[in-house]
Formats: sequence, C-alpha cells, structure tokens
Amino acid sequence: MPVLPGAAWELSPSVSLRPEPFGALAYDFVTRKLSFLKSPTLVDVVRRLADAADVEDALLGAGVPAAERDRYVAALGTLAASGIIRERVAA
Amino acid sequence: MTIAVERPQGGRLVDQFEYGLDAPICLTWELTYACNLACVHCLSSSGRRDPRELSTDECKALIDEFERMQVFYVNVGGGEPTVRPDFWELLDYAVAHHVGVKFSTNGFRITPERAERLAATDYVDVQISLDGATSEVNDAVRGQGTYDAALRAMANLQAAGMKDFKLSVVCTRHNIGQLDEFKAIADTYGAQLRLTRLRPSGRGADVWDELHPLPHQQRELYDWLVANGDQVLTGDSFFHLSAYGPADGSGALPGLNLCGAGRVVCLVDPVGDVYACPFAIHDQFLAGNLREDGGFDTIWKTAPLFLDLRSPQTGGACTQCSAYDSCRGGCMAAKFFTGLPLDGPDPECVKGNSETALAGDRERPGSSQDHSHTGTVRNAPVPLTLLRTRPVSACDESPLVSQQ
Amino acid sequence: MTGPETTSPTSPQQAEDVEQEALVEDALVEEISIDGMCGVY
Repeated sequence: MPVLPGAAWELSPSVSLRPEPFGALAYDFVTRKLSFLKSPTLVDVVRRLADAADVEDALLGAGVPAAERDRYVAALGTLAASGIIRERVAA
Repeated sequence: MTIAVERPQGGRLVDQFEYGLDAPICLTWELTYACNLACVHCLSSSGRRDPRELSTDECKALIDEFERMQVFYVNVGGGEPTVRPDFWELLDYAVAHHVGVKFSTNGFRITPERAERLAATDYVDVQISLDGATSEVNDAVRGQGTYDAALRAMANLQAAGMKDFKLSVVCTRHNIGQLDEFKAIADTYGAQLRLTRLRPSGRGADVWDELHPLPHQQRELYDWLVANGDQVLTGDSFFHLSAYGPADGSGALPGLNLCGAGRVVCLVDPVGDVYACPFAIHDQFLAGNLREDGGFDTIWKTAPLFLDLRSPQTGGACTQCSAYDSCRGGCMAAKFFTGLPLDGPDPECVKGNSETALAGDRERPGSSQDHSHTGTVRNAPVPLTLLRTRPVSACDESPLVSQQ
Repeated sequence: MTGPETTSPTSPQQAEDVEQEALVEDALVEEISIDGMCGVY
C-alpha cells in the first residue's frame, strides 16, 4: 500500500524504535523483523507521524528539503510494507 | 552515547554493526550454572549452581536496565534456566517491562500447565534443545531420557496452542545425516527448526575433535541450508560456510554473516560477569562485572574490550582470501579455544586454510569457569559405542588425502 | 563524503549507470532478518 502524503500514519504498537548514531533500529515484536533507518531525519519524520495531520505535515515538521521528499516518501513506503508504520484509524 | 570510531555515514547495516550500537539488539543471559543434565558439549560447563548467582532483585534491576536501553529481547539460558525457582517470575517481569524473552530449555519442566501459561504470554518464545533425531544419537550427547523429555515438552507446547516455538539443534558429526528427520520432528509439533554450530567452548572443547562435523558434512549442511534455509533458522552461526558459495557473495547464507560479539550481542552470566559472547567464557573476553563496574549500560558502552572489538578488526591472512567478504574470518571463539590465532582462519575454514595450524603445536586455553557436575547425574549421557560413524572414504578423515 | 541527507546532482545517464548501487545506498531503510545474531543461543 503506497504511503500517500495526505494520509495519516503512525508507528505500529508492536514496534520498538531505538535511536542510534546512524539513525535508528526498529524491531517488530510480532514479525521479529529488524529495520535499519539510515537517517536521523527519517527517524524524526516517523516520530512525528502520530501527531501530524498527515505525512506531508510530518515531512515539513522534520525539515525534509523538497528535493529529498520523494526519497523519504519511498522510505515510508518500505516501512509501511513491512508493517513498521500503519495507517491511523480515523477517530 | 557510544564513542564512535569514525563511523561511516549511511551504507549497509552490516558495516554500521561493526562499529557497535548504543545497546545490544539482543543478548544471551545465562540465568544459572545449575542444570539437571550434564550434556557432553555444554558451552557453559554447567551443572552446579554458583553461590554468587545474581539475586531475584539483582535480576530485576538488570531487566530494568535492559528496558531503559531498549534491548529488544534476551535469550535466557544457563545451565537450565527453569531450575531457578524465580524463573517464571522473572519471565513475567521482563515481558511486563518491554523486554522480549526467548529461553532455551531441555524441556524437563515444561509441563502442560507451564505450556498453557507460555502459550498465553506475548513476547515469549521457547527453544527446546535436541541434538539427535533418534534417542540413540541424542542421548549420547545430552543424557538418558533427554530425547523423551524434549518430545514431551514439544507435545505439551503444541497441545497448549503455542505456535512456532523452536527446536534447537547443535550440529555434530553424528546428526548431520538426520537433517530431514529433524525437520520432520519440528513439523510434527508445529515448531520451527533451528540448526546451530558446535563450538569448542566449555565442555565442547573436550569433545570437539570427535564431534565437530567432518569437511564433507559441512558441505552437506551448507547444501541443505541453501535448499531448505528459508524455513530453518541458524542463529546466524554458519556464516563461515558462506565461503562455499561463489566469490561474488551470492551464495552467502541468509542472516548477518558477521561475528556480533561485543558489537550487537554479548553474554551476561549467572554471577554478573559480562562476556563478549556465550561461546567465549574466558578472561580474555570478559568485559566487566555488573556488581563491580557500574552496571550493564556502563559496561556495554565503555568497557575497553568492547571498544576494542568495535574498532576496525584486522582480518590478517584471511583478507587475501576471495571468500573473506562472506566469511569474515569465521568465529572468534572457535579460533580461540582451538588455540588458533584470532587473525587467522577459522578451525573449520571450508577452504582448509587452518589444516596446517591444527596439525601443528597449539596451546588450547581452558574455560575460565567450570561448574560441571562432579558426581553421578541421573540423566547421564549414554555412550555412543555401536553408532560410531564409519568413514565412507579416506577423504572423510582428512581433506588432504586426495593430494597424495 | 556524501552524508545520508544530501544527494549529489547526477545526469540522467550517470543516474542510470549506477542505479543498482544507488538503490542500496540511497534507500533510507534497510530490512534485515536476524535470528539472534551470531553469538547468541
């Protein structure tokens, strides 16, 4: 499922996100998969998702330059595909 | 913050791992040296409880540290962890504090009631040890009645609805021919098969010459893993076999193909000693003690041994080998306990690069800890006399025979 | 050395040539399957 900039996402509850010098490690307790987030900015984006209105909002808040936007959206797509992040259910 | 030694930006995860992490991804926690069994190859030379064992409160304080550090999960072993009266309490405490638990057990105490409890607990995984697909092969290594106890435990777990628990096998000369049968046993109980490497550690050093797989068996194992690998776990312990694959690295087995000691994993032993790896219980790989050196976080981040392991390692002679990228020089513990230099080939180097060194004079360091039983044990290993694997050809016993 | 948050400008030709390598280098997420890592039970 592609991550659309206008959609609302969040970190899956079964995932532990741990900062590291290079970015972060995300471990999913259910799938036992380990994901390596290679940029501290990406980690910032992921952390902002839950409170941001949508993906676009989180990208802006983390200061992702326009030229990098697609790269970050692609990264979010990878995280979504493995269940690290999930769509927020509308309240 | 880990004191990074010129860590590269971006790149592959494996490259980052060599420089270490702020916390282990997971680690082995040997809860006790006490054990009801006396397996001939025990990596921790277990049997008798050590009177200096961490108390229940000390164990909980350690779990609190794991939680703060966000250690994802711990592999609890020993000895036999379930012989500690507070085992079940500590299990629940860890899970309640966001630390996943996988524990290794001989199964004797996995009763139907315990199995029910485990099946109902999230973030807990169980690993049943078995080293033979038949009781003849298994009990020779692990002891009389241990095969039956393991299968009973698996039946109890299955009946309780526990899915995907692990059947963990140490590969030896006598069980390499049973890989399909192991898979069948795992399938029967709804378990996942895990094959791991025998290291010459603990009591394993005494039996390594007779038990470690022969060269043609290593090849058999590699081929089997390539064919069945996506359903079988290996604890990433066979990365030295990746050198069987082509030079471009495409034949590497799945997993990290990297020694994680002191970088992404480590061992906490029953008395609070912290070692680089559970297969390296020796003063040379001792990073510190929880009680004396400020606790686990401090040791992980600042112990000189660990900082040294996180700096670029010299691969020595191995860096010249075409297979180096896949095998990375093999297992540090295997080299150490067979008396080989750490910057040289693994004793089971698939290219045979350690043959000369193994045939020559070498000094084998013993373990720093020996808690083996001294008296008789109820479930003593049953000597394997009639089942001795006969060599099929001269090549089975020496890879150099064909050169003559 | 190019950091993880900036990309050197490349011509379409260059981008195509190193596409395979860049795919790994540029991706901000890498997934890895581990079973305890070597050095754990």
